[in-house]
Amino acid sequence: MSTPVLSTTALTKRYGKHTALAEATLDIPAGRIVGLVGPNGAGKSTLLALASGLIRPTSGRIEVLGRTPAADSAQLADVGFVAQDTPVYAGLSVADHLSLGEHLNPTWDDAFARDRIARLGLDPAKKAGRLSGGQKAQLALTIAAAKRPRLLIFDEPVAALDPLARRAFLQNLMEFVAELEVSVILSSHLIGDVERVCDHLIVLAESRVQVAGDIEDLLAAHHRLVGPRGTLDALPDGVKVIAADHTDRQTTLIVHDTTGDHLELPGADSVGLEDMVLTYLHRAEGLTAPTLQETRA
Amino acid sequence: MIDFHLEPRSGVAPYMQLVQQVQQALRLGMLDVGDQLPTVKQVVAKIAINPNTVLKAYRELERQGLVAPQPGRGTFVTATLADASLDAHAELGTALHQWITTARAAGLDDAAIKALFDTTIRKAPQVTP
Repeated sequence: MSTPVLSTTALTKRYGKHTALAEATLDIPAGRIVGLVGPNGAGKSTLLALASGLIRPTSGRIEVLGRTPAADSAQLADVGFVAQDTPVYAGLSVADHLSLGEHLNPTWDDAFARDRIARLGLDPAKKAGRLSGGQKAQLALTIAAAKRPRLLIFDEPVAALDPLARRAFLQNLMEFVAELEVSVILSSHLIGDVERVCDHLIVLAESRVQVAGDIEDLLAAHHRLVGPRGTLDALPDGVKVIAADHTDRQTTLIVHDTTGDHLELPGADSVGLEDMVLTYLHRAEGLTAPTLQETRA
Repeated sequence: MIDFHLEPRSGVAPYMQLVQQVQQALRLGMLDVGDQLPTVKQVVAKIAINPNTVLKAYRELERQGLVAPQPGRGTFVTATLADASLDAHAELGTALHQWITTARAAGLDDAAIKALFDTTIRKAPQVTP
């Protein structure tokens, strides 16, 4: 069994009276590309900052690659973190960024970084402040990857990018993953992107983990049940109702089969990733989920 | 070499989409025994998907006996799905084209044509060779 890339128990972060993250318990195996989704203020950035060691938990336990985040230089070298809006130094050139990366990181792979910059077509002499949003993101990604970490963490890497730049960024990131065998955790509002590149999902809302797991397992365990009213009242043990909607004749449920046995449920239909995520987000906010309605013909 | 694409809204799992595209290419003779599939890195760099998805698709194709990995070289086609029927494709295509023209002339739109095709193919008894 390889070391989990992220393991937390009852991880909690408070700022004064405000709880940014409450009781998060997670276990993410190595080699995954993890999508962290949830509304603004859900605690996504807090969780990522805790994982990269930028902040310390108020209570609970967190281990990244089996060790306390930012414990020492070796641990720091193992984790690449790109903060929101993929920050670069506007006054420094692309080449300056690479020199800086080389001086600051003992594990820096200079040939890799230069090859990547050349293939991206970035002019080394250009000031980073004059790059486009997509190019800045690519530069930040290259620097994070060139230190050859075992885990890359991105906070909303593509939020500010246009669709073309977004796709180019994800192409490049996936190429890194294929080449460097690195685990990735990224937060995003775009479920479509998550579906495309991620194989593990964490849904965060109201400072709490709503659901987490390998996407394939989650999709196989979530169902939409539709039946005449009253017929769906008795569900087998371990089948949790995430959302329920009743008309005078009909009941629609979104359920999570937590038994791991792939129970045969009468009238069960599949739920797409986006609908599944939205159902959890609505439940967290105490709203009825519009996802109960059939959305796919 | 074939190109992959991904249709996010299709409801078909991404790895299965890749599997189906290879099967389709084999059926249509666009891929033949000995041909190389794109490397995982080439696929992910092109369509921005998880490398594990590609690996899973290739493993499934291997399980079906259609491809085999050659260590250090890549993944190669070992069997084909195209059979004698491939020769008939051109003629059948022409006949189908004529039929579609007739159907459109009769006022059917594409959705109606597809629906009619689907119901008819379901009703037609399957003859196993």
